[in-house]
Amino acid sequence: MAVIILIIITALFFPGIILRIKSIASGRKGPGVLQPMKEIAILFRKGSVFGDTSGIIFRISPAISLSAVVCAMMVLPFGNLKAVISFEGDFIFFSYILALGKFFSIIGALDTGSSFEGMGANRETFFSMLIEPAFFILLATFAMFTGHTSFSDIFAGFHISSDHFILIYSILAVYIIIQIAVVENSRVPVDDPKTHLELTMIHEVMILDNSGFDKALIHIGSYLKFAVFGTLLYNVVVPAGINTILQIALFFSIQFVFALTIGLVESFRARNKMNKNPKFILTISAVAWIAFVLILIMTNKLT
Amino acid sequence: MKNNQEYFIIKNNSSSADLEDIPVMDYVSFREKIISALNEENKHCISYYSVPSEDYLRLICCIADDSDKSIEIFSCKSGKDIKLIESAASLSPQVHIFEREIHENTGIVFTGHPWLKPVRFSHSRADKSKTVDGYPFYSIHSEELHEVGVGPVHAGVIEPGHFRFICNGEKVHHLEIQLGYQHRGVEELFLSKQDALQWCILSESIAGDTSVGHSLAHSQLIESLSGMEVSEGLQIERCIALELERVAVHIGDTAALCGDVAYQLGQVVCEALRTVVINTTQLWCGNRFGKGLIRPGGSNYPLNEEIAQAIYDTAGIVEERFGEIADCIYSTPSVLARFDEIGIVTKKQAHAIGTVGPSARTCGIERDIRRSHPFQYFRNYIVDPVILESGDILARGMLRSLEVQGSIKIIRDLLKIWSESKRNEEKPVYNYRLKPDSFSLALVEGWRGEICHSAMTDKNGKISHYKVKDPSFHNWMALALAVRNQEISDFPVCNKSFNLSYCGHDL
Repeated sequence: MAVIILIIITALFFPGIILRIKSIASGRKGPGVLQPMKEIAILFRKGSVFGDTSGIIFRISPAISLSAVVCAMMVLPFGNLKAVISFEGDFIFFSYILALGKFFSIIGALDTGSSFEGMGANRETFFSMLIEPAFFILLATFAMFTGHTSFSDIFAGFHISSDHFILIYSILAVYIIIQIAVVENSRVPVDDPKTHLELTMIHEVMILDNSGFDKALIHIGSYLKFAVFGTLLYNVVVPAGINTILQIALFFSIQFVFALTIGLVESFRARNKMNKNPKFILTISAVAWIAFVLILIMTNKLT
Repeated sequence: MKNNQEYFIIKNNSSSADLEDIPVMDYVSFREKIISALNEENKHCISYYSVPSEDYLRLICCIADDSDKSIEIFSCKSGKDIKLIESAASLSPQVHIFEREIHENTGIVFTGHPWLKPVRFSHSRADKSKTVDGYPFYSIHSEELHEVGVGPVHAGVIEPGHFRFICNGEKVHHLEIQLGYQHRGVEELFLSKQDALQWCILSESIAGDTSVGHSLAHSQLIESLSGMEVSEGLQIERCIALELERVAVHIGDTAALCGDVAYQLGQVVCEALRTVVINTTQLWCGNRFGKGLIRPGGSNYPLNEEIAQAIYDTAGIVEERFGEIADCIYSTPSVLARFDEIGIVTKKQAHAIGTVGPSARTCGIERDIRRSHPFQYFRNYIVDPVILESGDILARGMLRSLEVQGSIKIIRDLLKIWSESKRNEEKPVYNYRLKPDSFSLALVEGWRGEICHSAMTDKNGKISHYKVKDPSFHNWMALALAVRNQEISDFPVCNKSFNLSYCGHDL
């Protein structure tokens, strides 16, 4: 249960911290850290507007997307504390429950019948498809050298071994997880969450028709997703079984550094050209492959 | 000024001519003459329009010769009943938009015109049954291709216009731009208003981002039609105002270009810097966009030592800070990847469609009115236009930063000359008399390119015809060509790199 509370607390501040960092980097005062939450509160007080062409799918998709993220949170452990639900192969459940949420947001977008949203859905599907191998190769590598296939067991056993290859692998894993998070959450350089230009959008264009309550659900889902990936990062970096207070402190610092990285990247670089995105995403999968082969060689599993 | 049998030559930008002196041809030779004139590389069409009259139809085509500072005026008269004439656009594509406009206003059908569609659905169009909702879009019936329509209401704070793409997946095959949503009837207002001050205010509002450019063109036109001479001091002030406008808009455009590719640093720095420049204009005349600054015959806001110093300081700030951020923008790999070799307009295309201003200069064409047909103090101060060759978004971005540097140098030099010259004490003149039965035309190089105002007066010295041409009128076609075979997601940044005016086109 602890991990869910921690993720929710992180999600409250995460988008605000990115915003603050971007405004500080651009020399502006910027809004407060809790501004995104205030906006969500405003959205919750509003009703939703539905287009004439949209049907039931469009109405249920935001709720399903959010609940998918909440389900994914259930299988994440926190150090030695086991996840709420834990079973063999739960990382596959994790990946596909997130994919289910995405699937519903995609068909919800198609349901509106708008040519923009169709275009965005098309892009989102393509890029999600390309990022999937990276995640599975990463988790397969964990499974390979810990011998477990559930998050709780993998991360409990991960740091017990003190081989030097763990360090190399952790560094690569951190890189891969950050990049996956960038793609999954549609941030710069893959997508620009701030843009108003429908033709360049990927994720944002899919939610153009959503308003009020539904839009709030979508925002909450994406903030939680950030915290979920931050939790994965924490589990990779911090060994299980140390002092609880220290663990919590480290958890929040890692989440903060994660937000800082995203904020700084968004401040000082432009986004990719759309046809460079597949290459960018495949590179992440390639790095995951390299890490996989590296572990194979180092643990002498090849022979 | 000299005359020959075929056309009338205006030797000097903004001088008037007697209507009688302009030779009149029949349409067949008129068409031949303009086609052969436009075949020359150094000539381009600056304006071509019909003058409605009771008993005949008059066409006037103004062609600028960039090599010898002259403007050739061709004219033809034909009977009112004529309905079908042969198009010149099939051989000289650059007149296509003008022929479309004439077709829309008079109902004349240009045979052989490849694209004879409405331009702006003007209030005075010949066929009132054509409406903006019934625009005849080009369409391809294919299983693979799909159409994407954007606008006329856009997500950002921009003007209305409809863009219809025909795409194969992410790739754009064809873009059709439909404008006309901003039509206010500017030219008709010039005729119905007959009040000098109202004209000034009207000219400032033709395109809100080019207030100085358009009001300067209008004032030049009025001065030439009424025979007013303005002092050197006032001419220098006008040039400084024009360059300040250029600096401000170019910096703002650079910010917008960075914003479109999500490069936050470039965007925020340039946005802040643009404010510094337009605030200087505000200090000078009370309006950030220079409204009220340019008036015929004089000025309500003569430059004084204090304002001159403020402009000088601003020039210093802009030079330093914009130089720094431009270096930063054009050396960031992720930004270059979005600009380089994207949205290319070739030199050949640019010549064919007669593009003007920065969008011509990025394609290797030296087309700068400040140099080719100098006006105001640019007659004494030689400007070196910036010419780039590649014709892509990077070139259009780089040109802006180079022109900002150029304009800052001009502002500094002009301030120096101004401080040594006699101060102008002229007040605006509104009770002038225009020469009867005259024709005049004024060219100004605004930041977007050449602005052309031309007018005719009747026998009582009243304006009987007024024609405005904003550079966007030529350049929208360049945008449509630039996005061909590009990704549809690159369209917004292509569009921003041209930053064309919707209301300047729609009038």
